[in-house]
Amino acid sequence: MQKSLHIDPGKCTGCLQCEMACSYENYGVFNISKSRIKVFNFEHEGRKVPYTCTQCAEAWCMSACPVDAIRIDATTGAKVVNEATCVGCKVCTIACPFGTVNYVAETGKVQKCDLCGGDPACATACPTGAITYVDADWTGLDKMRQWAGKTDTQPRANA
Amino acid sequence: MAWTRKILRVDLTKGTCKSEPLNMKLAQEYLGQRGLATKYFVDEVDPKVDPLAPANKLIMATGPLTGTPASTGGRYSVITKGALTGAIACSNSGGYFGAELKFAGWDMIIFEGKSPKPVYLSVEDDKAELRDAAHLWGKTVWQTEEIIKKTHQDPQVRVSSIGRAGENGVLYACIVNDLHRAAGRSGVGTVMGSKNLKAVAVRGTRGVAAMKDAKAFMKAATAAKQVLKDNAVTGQGLPAYGTQVLMNVINEMGALPTRNHRDVQFEGARKISAEAMVEKRPTDGKANLVTNAACFGCTIACGRISKIDATHFSVVNKPEYWGATGGLEYEAAWALGAANGVGDLEALTFANMICNEDGYDPISFGATVGAAMELYDLGILTKEQIGMDAPFGSAEALCKLAEMTARGEGFGKELGLGSKRLCAKYGKPELSMSVKGQEFPAYDSRGIQGMGLTYATSNRGACHLRSYTVASEVLGIPVKTDPLVTEGKADLVKAFQDATSVFDSAGICVFTTFAWTLADLQPQLDAACEGDWTMEKLALVGERIWNMERQFNNAAGFTAKDDDLPPRLKTEPAKTGPARGLVSGIDKMRPEYYKVRGWDAHGVPTKETLSRLGL
Repeated sequence: MQKSLHIDPGKCTGCLQCEMACSYENYGVFNISKSRIKVFNFEHEGRKVPYTCTQCAEAWCMSACPVDAIRIDATTGAKVVNEATCVGCKVCTIACPFGTVNYVAETGKVQKCDLCGGDPACATACPTGAITYVDADWTGLDKMRQWAGKTDTQPRANA
Repeated sequence: MAWTRKILRVDLTKGTCKSEPLNMKLAQEYLGQRGLATKYFVDEVDPKVDPLAPANKLIMATGPLTGTPASTGGRYSVITKGALTGAIACSNSGGYFGAELKFAGWDMIIFEGKSPKPVYLSVEDDKAELRDAAHLWGKTVWQTEEIIKKTHQDPQVRVSSIGRAGENGVLYACIVNDLHRAAGRSGVGTVMGSKNLKAVAVRGTRGVAAMKDAKAFMKAATAAKQVLKDNAVTGQGLPAYGTQVLMNVINEMGALPTRNHRDVQFEGARKISAEAMVEKRPTDGKANLVTNAACFGCTIACGRISKIDATHFSVVNKPEYWGATGGLEYEAAWALGAANGVGDLEALTFANMICNEDGYDPISFGATVGAAMELYDLGILTKEQIGMDAPFGSAEALCKLAEMTARGEGFGKELGLGSKRLCAKYGKPELSMSVKGQEFPAYDSRGIQGMGLTYATSNRGACHLRSYTVASEVLGIPVKTDPLVTEGKADLVKAFQDATSVFDSAGICVFTTFAWTLADLQPQLDAACEGDWTMEKLALVGERIWNMERQFNNAAGFTAKDDDLPPRLKTEPAKTGPARGLVSGIDKMRPEYYKVRGWDAHGVPTKETLSRLGL
C-alpha cells in the first residue's frame, strides 16, 4: 500500500515542530530555514497551513530535469533528488507548479520532500494530527467519516 | 550548541554593533535568558540608574532551549530596569522572534546608550547594523512589522518593536513581536523607546546544532511532550479555552478582583469568560474565538485568535480591526473587564487589540482605568478632567481611553503613568492596587492567600508569573493547598519562585509547569547543555537568580516596606464568596518568608545565604 502525507490545516497551530523535525532528519540541525515543509500563517484570517510536495504522479519537476537527478522511490512513490547528479540548474523549481522544490545556495543543489524514506519526521512530530501519513488512495477518508457522521439515519415517523 | 556562545553588543550612542563571546562560566551558574542576562545586567548597570537614562541598558536574551524542539522552546526575555517600577524587570515573550534570534546565532543582544535619532536594528545571521527609523517613528507595532518586511523584501523576517505607547512614554509600554506576543510588563517598551530604538528585525538561517547529546535530548523532549499531552490542563483545558478557562473558576472562588478590588466576585464574569468566547453572537452568528494558536515549538497552543463583532460600537467604520488577530487571555480579560466592572466581551477584545497594536500592557492599563473609575466614583476626578463620563462598567469609556492612551492624548496621558502615580496625584495613593508601582494581575490576595505573598515579594512588582501558587491553591498542582490560609505559603512561594526562575532561564514557557516539574525539564537541559545539570544544581541556580534580583532591588533603594500590599487588601474584608470576611495575611507571611529565604528581618539576604549561593 502506498502512503501519502495528508494535511489538515484546520488542526495546525503553527508550532513549527514539523519544520524542526524535517531539518533535523535531513541535516542533523534544528533549523527551520532548511525545512522542506513550510507552515504559512494567514494572520488576518486566523489560518495556518502546512505545505510541502504532494509527490505528483506525473511529476513535472522530474520531467523537466535535464540530468535525470529526480527519480521515483519505488517503495514510497516519493520523487527523490539525487544530490550527486543534480547540477543545480533550478529548472525543476520553475517546472513545479506548487513551489515545493527549492534551491539550496549552501549545497548548490535543489531539495524537496522525499517522505523520509517512508517514515516522515514531520508527521511524527506534529502534536495535533494536522500532518498524517495515510493510505494514498484514501486521503479523504477522515472527511468522509465526518460527513457520514452527520447523515441522519434515524427512522422517520410517517415519512 | 544549546548556547550559540555569542553576544551582540549594540552601542546606540555610537551606533556600533560588536560581537563578543558569551561568558561560559556564567552560563554554568545562571543558565541563560532571565538568569544569565540579569547577571550581565547587574554587573554592568548601577542599581540607582534612572530607568529612562542612557546609562540604563536593555537586554534581549534567549535560553539554551530556545530554538529547539523542546515544547514551548521559543521564548525570549527582555531584561532592564523597569520604567514603571524602578526595579529589576524581566518580561518574557513567545511567538517566533526568540527562536529566530537564536537561529541567527545570538544568545543575547545588549543595548546600551541612546541613539541620537530613531533607529532599528537589523540582524541577518552574523550581520548586524543599525538603520534609520525616521519612517517608522509614530507608527504602530502592526505598521512597523509590515513596513520592515516590505523594505527588507523578506516575508520571513521576524520583528519585535514598540508602538506609539513606547514612544509616548506610557510607563507600562511593551515590546511586541509577531503582531500579538509581548514582553509585556514593567515598561520594558518604555525603556526601549527612551533609547530611540524602534524595532529589532531578525532573520536567522544558522539553526541550533551540536547539542551535548542530541539523541538523548530528542528522547527527553518527546517524553516531556507526552506529559503535556496527557495532562488535563495542558492537554485539553488550555488548547480549548486558553488561560480564559480560569475566569469562571476564579470568580467562583471569590478571588476575582472587581471594580478596583472593591469586590471579589464579578456579576459579569460569565459574559467575558472562555465559554462566552466560543458562543455564537446574536449579531453575526459567529463566535468571538476563531481558533487557538501556538508559539514557536509549543505543543500546548493556548493562544487565542479572535475576530471582533464588526457591528460593535468600537469598530463601526473601522474595517482595519475586523480581521482575525490576537484575542483575550485571562489576565487581559480580567484587567480590561472585571477590574473596571465592564462586562462587554467585544469591548474588551477591542481594548486588547489596541494594546497589541500600540504596544502597552493590558494588565497595568486596565487596572489603572479601574483606579480612575474609582476616583470618578468618589467625585475626585470629574467628567471634564477625564473628557467623558467614566463610571464603573462603562465599555464606551474603556474603549475611548484605550485609544487615547495609545496616542498620548488628553487624559490618556495621565493613564499612561500607571495607577500609582495617578492615585498619588489625586491625593489617594492607597487606591493604587499595585506593589512596587506595578498593578496586580487577576487574583485577589484575600481569596488566594499565597498570591498576596507572591505579589508582595515579586522582584518585578506585582506579578502572577513569578510564583504561580494558583496552580497549587486552586488547581492542586503539584499538591493542593488551602487558598484561604497563610500557613505553609512562605515555603510554597519560595519553591515556586525558584523553580520558575529556572524555567524562565531555560527558554521554556512557564505554562508547561501546569504539567511539568523541574524533573521533566532537567533531562532536556542536561542533554542539551554542556556540563552536568542535576536537579540539585538547577534548584541552586533558581535560588541564586532570585537572590541576585533581590540584591539589585535592595541596592536600588527598595526595602521591606515595599514588600507590602495596599491597605484595602489588609483592612477591607472580602464581601462575598468563600473568602468572605477575610483579609490578606501578608503581615504574617512576610516574616516567615524572609526566614525561609535566609534573609534578615529587613529582607536582606544574610552573609550565609549569599555565600551558600555563591553570590
